[in-house]
Amino acid sequence: MYLARVIGRVVATMRSPGLEGVAMQWIQPLDEYGQAMGDTLVAAAAISSGPGDLVHFVDGREGALACPETFVPVDAAIIGFVEEAAIGEIDLAEIEPDMAAARGAIGTRSAPGARGRGGAGGKQG
Amino acid sequence: MFLADVIGTVVSTVQIPVLDGEKLLLLRPVAPDGRGVSKTRIGIDRAQAGVGDRVIVIDEGNSARQILDAPNGAVKTVVVGIVDYVERDGELLYDHREGTRGSPGGIPGEKPGQKKVRT
Repeated sequence: MYLARVIGRVVATMRSPGLEGVAMQWIQPLDEYGQAMGDTLVAAAAISSGPGDLVHFVDGREGALACPETFVPVDAAIIGFVEEAAIGEIDLAEIEPDMAAARGAIGTRSAPGARGRGGAGGKQG
Repeated sequence: MFLADVIGTVVSTVQIPVLDGEKLLLLRPVAPDGRGVSKTRIGIDRAQAGVGDRVIVIDEGNSARQILDAPNGAVKTVVVGIVDYVERDGELLYDHREGTRGSPGGIPGEKPGQKKVRT
């Protein structure tokens, strides 16, 4: 289980059966300083989180267990909001998220050619 | 299982039900000498551990579900023990027992030997 910041939403209309109604969100895992730790990933949201929220998530097989249907192809799930993450005097939850920087690290696609089927899939780095 | 330093606490009120009432700790996995060895993670406290403790952590789902008695819980990382000392070839790499000083891999700002009495 790790700390992460939700940096965006992922919308997919064609899904594996069992994943209907499960929100997919784009997250950036964080270290104890609130800095990006490793690559961003897409996680199923078991709570009503949204971009900007500090959350914790579980990876591996346990990700699917957090979904309404537990036998689904999910390997990461957001399982809680973080109200406070205290490291000494510092509370990571009080640090304003730098969303522009978070997204800028990955880059966003807005080109018309990115639209339509096949445009959104398989772009994971 | 691996060793980790407890570097902070995490408070979460809105979360999946299996985590209700559980204390969450921020953990930095370490080698016995205190070097960080992998990604910082969050663990469920089942050892009454606190900031400054070096702990034993399980990061595996089946064990976690068994410990928490939650057959379908989305849980993975659990703190299962507090380390008193680590010894290798007769040399103490880490010592956090009552009355001893100078734990080699302590958290900066954390006083060594600042521990509750254990029997």
